[in-house]
Amino acid sequence: MTIWEILPQLFQGTVFIGLLAATVRMATPLLIAGLGQIFAQSSGVLDLSVEGLMLVGAFFGFVGAFYTGNLWAGVLSGMIAAAVVSLLMAFLTVTLRASQMIVGVMLVIMLAGLITFFNKLIFGTGYIPPSTEGFQPLHFPVLSDLPFVGPVLFQQNLLVYIAFLLAPVVAVIMYRTTFGLQIRAVGEYPRAADSVGINVFKTQYFAILIGGLFAGLGGAFLTLGWTGLYTDIISAGRGWLAIALVFFGKWNPYRLAMGAILFGFVNALQLRMQVMAGQQVAYQIMSMLPYLLCIIVLTMVSRKAGGPANLCIAYKRE
Amino acid sequence: MTTPPANPAAALPEPLSVAGGVKLPWHRARTSLIGFALPLGGLLVAFGIGAIMLAASGANPLVAYQALFKGAFGSRNNIIETLVKSTPILFVALGVTFAFRCSVWNIGSEGQLHIGAVGATLAGLAMKSLTPNLPPILAIPIMILGGFLFGGLYASFAGVLKVKWEVNEVITTIMMNFVAILFVQYLTFGPLRDPAANGLPMSAYILEAAQLARLVARSRLHLGVVLAVVAAVLVYIVLWKTTLGYQIRAVGANPRAAKHAGINVPRSVFVAMVISGGLAGLAGMSEVAGLHYRLLDSFSPGYGQAGTVVALLGNLHPIAIIPAALLFGGLITGADTMARTVQVSTTIITVIQGIMVLFVLGSQFLVDKLEG
Repeated sequence: MTIWEILPQLFQGTVFIGLLAATVRMATPLLIAGLGQIFAQSSGVLDLSVEGLMLVGAFFGFVGAFYTGNLWAGVLSGMIAAAVVSLLMAFLTVTLRASQMIVGVMLVIMLAGLITFFNKLIFGTGYIPPSTEGFQPLHFPVLSDLPFVGPVLFQQNLLVYIAFLLAPVVAVIMYRTTFGLQIRAVGEYPRAADSVGINVFKTQYFAILIGGLFAGLGGAFLTLGWTGLYTDIISAGRGWLAIALVFFGKWNPYRLAMGAILFGFVNALQLRMQVMAGQQVAYQIMSMLPYLLCIIVLTMVSRKAGGPANLCIAYKRE
Repeated sequence: MTTPPANPAAALPEPLSVAGGVKLPWHRARTSLIGFALPLGGLLVAFGIGAIMLAASGANPLVAYQALFKGAFGSRNNIIETLVKSTPILFVALGVTFAFRCSVWNIGSEGQLHIGAVGATLAGLAMKSLTPNLPPILAIPIMILGGFLFGGLYASFAGVLKVKWEVNEVITTIMMNFVAILFVQYLTFGPLRDPAANGLPMSAYILEAAQLARLVARSRLHLGVVLAVVAAVLVYIVLWKTTLGYQIRAVGANPRAAKHAGINVPRSVFVAMVISGGLAGLAGMSEVAGLHYRLLDSFSPGYGQAGTVVALLGNLHPIAIIPAALLFGGLITGADTMARTVQVSTTIITVIQGIMVLFVLGSQFLVDKLEG
């Protein structure tokens, strides 16, 4: 089958329902990680370590759940582990004022090695990786049984709903609370924020820490809410996509959610096309789609994006 | 309170896109002794943490490090292998130096290396079918050109996007890494697959005259290592002895001041990106023309990121990078021996690399304080 014969089939019947359900599921980790980065970036810190933080969250989330048998203990350990690492990012870039561009990327490299090391250390090198049950799809009375809408929206697992509920929560925190205002003030004009008594460093530390917690949750979703097992480099570029989505969403949680759904859709689409095309169409070309889309989308929005004026510039108190 | 800077423009916040205007340690005019001491300190800290990790996995750190050293430099063959592995790392590090000196954050070396290898392979295959009698003196420059052009062209996309549309180059170049690696996979499994390779993902051999000569008989050491050192000297000359290099460094140090001084900032950024990608492309060329003589799937064990780390450890100085590249080539070579001797994962080396560079980056703060 050529690609043009496959495409129409994807938009029919149960295949299409499955595609949309997968879209929501695949948008979830991007959305969670991106929401956290709205805090960090709004405070003026471009935390490029998200890819590594998600890996940490995915691995320690899995380890926590595997050893305690409790999924929430897993989620919590993934979040805490990622938050601890993000403190290192905060220390290096806020306190020591090292370049955000480089520190983040180097952290990703180091964390990828570290997590692979831990994985081998804890689980050995068996051919069958250990797995855990993971979060199961919920069943709502009536809603889940609705045709079309039911399987797409009301048969997801709890983490998916938490992710989409977090979007309005983040919007309220950022635009309706003093804390959100302080973060935005620090990211916009730290000297002025400092002069009215806002502790710039503390605010940035908190923002980075929240970014870490969210990235850890997004990572934990990969293992506990999706695959049920940890495989090397499971994040597969999602951390970078999340950062790009924050630019795309212009630091607005709702626009971010739309972007996450767009990317979830493209990813779900290309995965299905790979399966249906079999040997006919090179799967590598389809795997490129999300990355290429990311570049295109960034190009469309970057010039007009605006964004926190002080993004990427370390504050120096004088 | 500090004294006001000599240049008032430098005191203003940079009205730049996400990716600009970060003051970096190596943009200082002078480098003192402590600038050289830092990488050594980082080395100690990193190997210290590595020792803890080794002990945690039940290995004796001393035995492990001994195996690491032996594997890297223990015998003539091991030293040769270290040189072989250092070659692409040095090319990549030179490219990264070029970009970072201009504050252009090209993290896409891995991708540019892959595309450079494609360029070299296509050049080598084209010569094989079109001009099979070409002498090496012509064929090898064509290979170099192919690698450099493809790598540079690939990087130029990110360069154009940054200059024209202010797209963050860190993200575009990383996305393009994924794309390039998939593209090489596509080529080696698909259109370029050699039917004679028994179904393995590899292309046909390139023209024999286009292959880089082996320097030592019956070894893998090839001319690429000499080319890389020549490239290091050339990068030094271009960056410090030419107007182009001066402009690139001026833009890197302070884009706003550079603009006021009449330098075409977008042009410098674009040129830095293209040359950076071209040098990474040469890394791919030297792997194809010097080592494999064909394009393979997953031929790079992360030379892109190793080269980026090396560039930073070498303080973005083309000559200081050479020993750093040797060290990392040695780490990669020795890691296999270490992994065999004490049964640990080779990724411990990646962690050591990362800690080393994070230490150096973080401790620049101290240098600033000490030097005022």
